[in-house]
Amino acid sequence: MSRKYYVCTGCALLCDDIEVETDNDVVTTVHAACRKGVARMKGCSNPMECTVGGEKADIDSAISMAATILRDAKNPLIFGHGNSSSEAQKKSIGLAKKIGAYIDDTSSFCQGPIIEAILQDKLKTCTLDDIRHKADVIIFWGADPSNSHPRHLSRYSYFPRGQERQRGWEEDRTAITIDIRRSETADICGDTRFYQIPMGGDAEFMEALVSALSNKVPKTSFDFDKKRILELGNVLKKAKFGVICVGLGLVYSLEQLEPLFTLMNKLNEVSSFHLMPMVGQYNMRGFNQNLFVETGYINRLKFNAETGETEHGNNYSVVEVLRDMSVDAALIIGSDPLSSLPLSIARYLAEIPLITIDPCNNLTATRSTVTIPCALGGVESGGTAVRMDGVEIELKKIIETNNPSDEEILTRITEAM
Amino acid sequence: MEIYQFLPKTNCKECGKATCMAFAVDLLGRKAKVDDCPPLVNEAKYKANYEKLSEMITPVGDVTETGLIVHENKCIGCGNCVVACPVNVANDPFGAGSGKAPTSDKVIFMVENGIVKARNVQECRRFGENKILCVACIDTCPTKAIEFV
Repeated sequence: MSRKYYVCTGCALLCDDIEVETDNDVVTTVHAACRKGVARMKGCSNPMECTVGGEKADIDSAISMAATILRDAKNPLIFGHGNSSSEAQKKSIGLAKKIGAYIDDTSSFCQGPIIEAILQDKLKTCTLDDIRHKADVIIFWGADPSNSHPRHLSRYSYFPRGQERQRGWEEDRTAITIDIRRSETADICGDTRFYQIPMGGDAEFMEALVSALSNKVPKTSFDFDKKRILELGNVLKKAKFGVICVGLGLVYSLEQLEPLFTLMNKLNEVSSFHLMPMVGQYNMRGFNQNLFVETGYINRLKFNAETGETEHGNNYSVVEVLRDMSVDAALIIGSDPLSSLPLSIARYLAEIPLITIDPCNNLTATRSTVTIPCALGGVESGGTAVRMDGVEIELKKIIETNNPSDEEILTRITEAM
Repeated sequence: MEIYQFLPKTNCKECGKATCMAFAVDLLGRKAKVDDCPPLVNEAKYKANYEKLSEMITPVGDVTETGLIVHENKCIGCGNCVVACPVNVANDPFGAGSGKAPTSDKVIFMVENGIVKARNVQECRRFGENKILCVACIDTCPTKAIEFV
């Protein structure tokens, strides 16, 4: 009997081996997905309603109101996209171009710098399947996949047997955690493979590691045991296929990426190392790639409605435009900035007309002028998404819903403009 | 011994055992519950010890016939045990052994609704004639949700 597999959209691993049992268009049992995935696939506990000005409305009037708000705005912002299909993201980019909007996603305060460097070929990367088949040394740096991507270790990076790693994790793979705290991933790696560094000490530890790889004495201001750094250097030198899984802990700690470039260059002189960004939301990398293809930038943009030209830079990131109060309306797609941004910045967002497109109710939706419920990506609607390693995965629809997909809603808003 | 240290050590026999040490052994084997020791429950001076012991000895719940317990409230469904279990690898090398969802009915662990479920436990290497002290599922669990009693 052939099995029917679906794709989980709980995180950017996009596990494509999920079996689902349904009853009357409700997902009842999910096989093989982790808790995070099951929570996503079983749908919202608190679905969003279609409203205009806080009152229930039909979808046509909500779309027409959304179009009016965007038409009247001089500097609208379009934000979110991490939980949308690639098709919806492309529509969103098209809409931003048409109305001359600021466009950004969570990557501007998340994995953006790493993805940008990978797309510009400044960092060597590989696919998750390469990791499964070949990787013998895996470093989790500032990342705790046991919590953020529960199936990362079991499906790709540490435990599975692969073509060149057939003897299992005990003999064939070495997993190392470098973090400021003893995470659950560090527990799995073991005491000897856990390197605890002080907060903000990542760049210095990288320099020390480069020294160790160059056969020099590794020095750190926080007096990290030199023997242990030299030992780590030796493990990395012997790696046949190494991977550094970069988590948010490392991205937030580095003021600039130069130390990471230096370490990767040194590692690739003495052995072969690849970098894997631990992307959180299921299609954040998709948005970065789609915008990169369209404009040459991955995020933080302002389109000029008349010329179609783009302005790019830190000043155009969601945080800066809200801090400057330079936007006068915002369209939020599949995100909850009022919860995720600092209160001092998010407060302004609650003062301007907001349009939220999301399957579930959230804090941003409660302060929105217009809320339009959409189908849950990967469950109630299909499409394509880009995995954390850049591989495109096709999402399959599991159950039917009356809500249109976010792609359809964005198409209708664009037409109504 | 660690459990014994938290008991009153008075050999009062109120639990029905001859000594506190005997009660400690039964606690470890999940034959007795922490609440079966009346002085520990009732006397204020043992309150801290009672709390620590209750934390240490998690309730058995649905223990399988081979003594394997999956603490469902701790399990996050990461599937580390599914992929690391040598029996799963032997019985399903291209499914569970390769990191994917199990494709064979002979596997011991499977994740359902985000929680690992144990089945075919008689296949486990800790049981049967040639038993060995395998700890593959325990060592790889990030939340210590798997236990043998």
